Amino acid sequence: MSWHNTPIALMAKALAAKEVSSTELTGYFLDRIEAGKRWNAYLDVNAHLSLEQAKAADALIASGKGGKLTGIPVAHKDVFVTRGWKSTAASKMLDGYLSPFDATVVTNLGIPSETNPSGAGMVCLGKTNMDEFAMGSSNENSAYGPVLNPWNAQYVSGGSSGGSAAAVAAGLAPIATGTDTGGSIRQPAAFCSLTGIKPTYGRVSRYGMIAYASSLDQAGPMGKTAEDCAMLLSAMSSHDPRDSTSLADSGEDYGRYLNQPWKEGNTNPGKPLEGLRIGLPKEFFADGLAQDVANSVNAAAKALQDLGATLIEVSLPKTKLSIPVYYVLAPAEASSNLSRFDGVRYGHRANEYRDLGDMYQKSRTEGFGAEVRRRILIGAYVLSHGYYDAYYLQAQKIRRIIAADFQAAFNQCDVILGPVAPDVAWRLGEKSKDPVQMYLEDIYTLSTNLAGLPAMSVPCGFSPNNLPIGLQLIGNYFSEARLLQVAHQYQQASDWHLRQASEVA
Amino acid sequence: MQWEVVIGLETHAQLQTQSKIFSGASTRFGAEPNTQACPVDLALPGVLPVLNRKAVEHAICFGLAVDAKITPVSIFARKNYFYPDLPKGYQISQFEIPVVLGGHLEILVGDEVRVIELTRAHLEEDAGKSVHEEGFIGPHGEASSGIDLNRAGTPLLEIVTEPVMRSAAEAVAYAKALHTLVVWLGVCDGNMQEGSFRCDANVSVRPRGQVEFGTRCEIKNLNSFRFLEEAIQYEIRRQIELIEDGGTVVQETRLYDPDRQETRSMRSKEDANDYRYFPDPDLLPVVIDDAWIDAVRSTMPMLPAQLREQWQVEFGLSAYDALLLTQDRDTAKLFEELLALVDKPLVKAAANLLTGEFASALNRAGIATASAPLKAEHLAPLLNRIADGTISNKIAKDIFAILWEDALAGKVLTSVDQIIDAKGLRQISDSGELEVMIDKVLAANEKSVEEFRSGKEKAFNALVGQIMKASQGKANPGQVNELLRKKLG
Repeated sequence: MSWHNTPIALMAKALAAKEVSSTELTGYFLDRIEAGKRWNAYLDVNAHLSLEQAKAADALIASGKGGKLTGIPVAHKDVFVTRGWKSTAASKMLDGYLSPFDATVVTNLGIPSETNPSGAGMVCLGKTNMDEFAMGSSNENSAYGPVLNPWNAQYVSGGSSGGSAAAVAAGLAPIATGTDTGGSIRQPAAFCSLTGIKPTYGRVSRYGMIAYASSLDQAGPMGKTAEDCAMLLSAMSSHDPRDSTSLADSGEDYGRYLNQPWKEGNTNPGKPLEGLRIGLPKEFFADGLAQDVANSVNAAAKALQDLGATLIEVSLPKTKLSIPVYYVLAPAEASSNLSRFDGVRYGHRANEYRDLGDMYQKSRTEGFGAEVRRRILIGAYVLSHGYYDAYYLQAQKIRRIIAADFQAAFNQCDVILGPVAPDVAWRLGEKSKDPVQMYLEDIYTLSTNLAGLPAMSVPCGFSPNNLPIGLQLIGNYFSEARLLQVAHQYQQASDWHLRQASEVA
Repeated sequence: MQWEVVIGLETHAQLQTQSKIFSGASTRFGAEPNTQACPVDLALPGVLPVLNRKAVEHAICFGLAVDAKITPVSIFARKNYFYPDLPKGYQISQFEIPVVLGGHLEILVGDEVRVIELTRAHLEEDAGKSVHEEGFIGPHGEASSGIDLNRAGTPLLEIVTEPVMRSAAEAVAYAKALHTLVVWLGVCDGNMQEGSFRCDANVSVRPRGQVEFGTRCEIKNLNSFRFLEEAIQYEIRRQIELIEDGGTVVQETRLYDPDRQETRSMRSKEDANDYRYFPDPDLLPVVIDDAWIDAVRSTMPMLPAQLREQWQVEFGLSAYDALLLTQDRDTAKLFEELLALVDKPLVKAAANLLTGEFASALNRAGIATASAPLKAEHLAPLLNRIADGTISNKIAKDIFAILWEDALAGKVLTSVDQIIDAKGLRQISDSGELEVMIDKVLAANEKSVEEFRSGKEKAFNALVGQIMKASQGKANPGQVNELLRKKLG
């Protein structure tokens, strides 16, 4: 059985029917991880620990105490802290760091225990590679080397959740967690032909997620199908009293609309999306969008229209400004969030130093990579006395305007549709020399983080050189279940998400 | 030249909460280093702060007590700077919008009532402590300092005054009044040795009559009233001498060295950190609605100022006595209990007893009112026996001393009446008996009698003293006065 091609929704059925055990599944994926090291998707694997969890999951299933996800393996982005597996955020600063506690996401998905009675019972396969501290769009900023794209090893996987994307695309995990601060779930999902969703800000607890930009960071699932993502998101999200920004009402079944028509009572099987108004922001289809990508996204829009949806043009006039706004606000928060990595209590400390100031300077210069240092410098600059009003405050004002623009658009439509990224994956090293060029790649994903809206990436085609293209669906606050419904309906009528990466055995 | 001194104080009052302001770790003082620091206090990767509502309630309580505005929506900000005892590399504090705005505190400076205007009070977290001792080794074998993060994250209320104080004495009077208030309210334990209440003083001088302020210096971390006074006095002298010698004051932060009784420069304004304040994205704005304010108000004790006014109006108590009796809540409570047990005309005697004999006995024993061995029911009979003329004030003091010693030694207390009878301390109010005594004294002191008759009033007092002495203090002094006047008439 090729379990690596199997969506977790089917895996769950096989586990429940005792056709396979969690121990078998876990062993299967551990073997594949071992054989698939070339992708550099994982930073830490601990087979013994994974198999121990699998055994516990099998016991739960055997005693009838298993839930829907019990026994299914999952890979966690290394931004989530874990007991047992090292947590480095792909930084030399945290080389070898072991957390004394699990992130809430890890706990929510993990094996239930006395202290964690509602754990979903999933088995952790290990920690996936990423851009250092989640800063990057190509996974080339990892201190442990770039992740290769399973569709073509010459190309980047996307970032920052590139390890999670490659792990699922290469069949080294059936599903994975990611985080998205400016597109870090959606863009690697698009580059690796996965389905991924960044939920509304506050749906998933940030406790135990190593912070990059606190007001933008949000975790979500990356999997093969919308249905898989709905299953994982339902288990990931919860109200967490340890995260003050966690939404009070977050526990819901995000899969409840998957097989429903958009409008209740619609019995036309050919037109399940009748009544759905899809907005296409003209700014998302303007200059800078690659023709291949435009073609595939337009074809997807047409496919949704065929399913009964209505297409309308909308406008998000400040789309271009989302880049400067994001690259002021995210570095500002990052510069402060990363201050704790000072070499005093844990993490990298320089071998030799003259005094305290020298210790800080050397430890941080040695411990952080170039992109992290760059963003800390930008952030410190925009917050400094005399510049705060011109940069930080101004950016906050535009951030509110961007959020208001979305609300205006949602007066006309239910879901916004566009590309995830202007182009498909680029060659390794192609954009590394020019950070601004790389920042521009985030143009379609940043604004939803700035507004706090849910958004997802759905496979919708391939470029002529067989690199995946992602369709972006953006919903209003709390509309994850509706977004997943649209994606699921689309996936019932398309097979892009079922295609296997050609380089994967 | 005549100089005017301008002082503003910033006081850090540690709030009395079980757990820290943003974590569940205990705030108990004196534990083994780093045993009361959880992952949040250690700023481990992935942790987040969660606001302790009790700290906010203490801030509301303080704000109400000083008649300030409670801000309906206040914001926590990050104050960014690197220091080894600051685990996150930033301190969570309130910057632009604090929880308490304005307010004022009435204080007594000598006999004069002064109103000290407050600027604001804001919530923030304390830092940890650096321990500079031998024996700490870093990860590469290097000699290091130790860090104790038990205190990191302890809730503080920083209370800031306007620059309205004009002398060290006034600043100390304010600090004492503030100390009394926060302890009274139960928001702070007031323990200055443990650092629960510490002041920063902003001091400047200007030629009398000048409107603009002079350049100020901030003296940090003064943790006793004596240091506060000495540091300000030194700083005033330093600044005046500097200017009179043709120099200029440089804006800087200074530290007070109590051993050498001088302030020393710590860092100049140029060296000051750019704190890069911005709203903390991990914390929501603090929303305080009227219901919350009302709930806090309903649990607040009557304020010292309210009690003082009530006592002054109702009982004619002097402002001075009222102030002494409201130095802490237990003393005020004891006074009220005592009043309930004695007759109204005894208010002054009750106040005298508590502020006099009782207070010095506490002082000698080194205990607080709450743990005094004598309670209101023990003290009330003493006052009642004074009132009905059974004993004099002087004898009352002796009886108090007996009661106190017995109580302190844990003995079964003899009643006031039994002591009076057993020791024959009853006041002599029989005029016949007194007249015999007076005649004897007059006969033995003819010189004083003559002096009195030649107009020396002092001689009269000397004679009263002799009579009291002859009676072993038992003579009723009022009657003695009256009878003596008649005889010398």
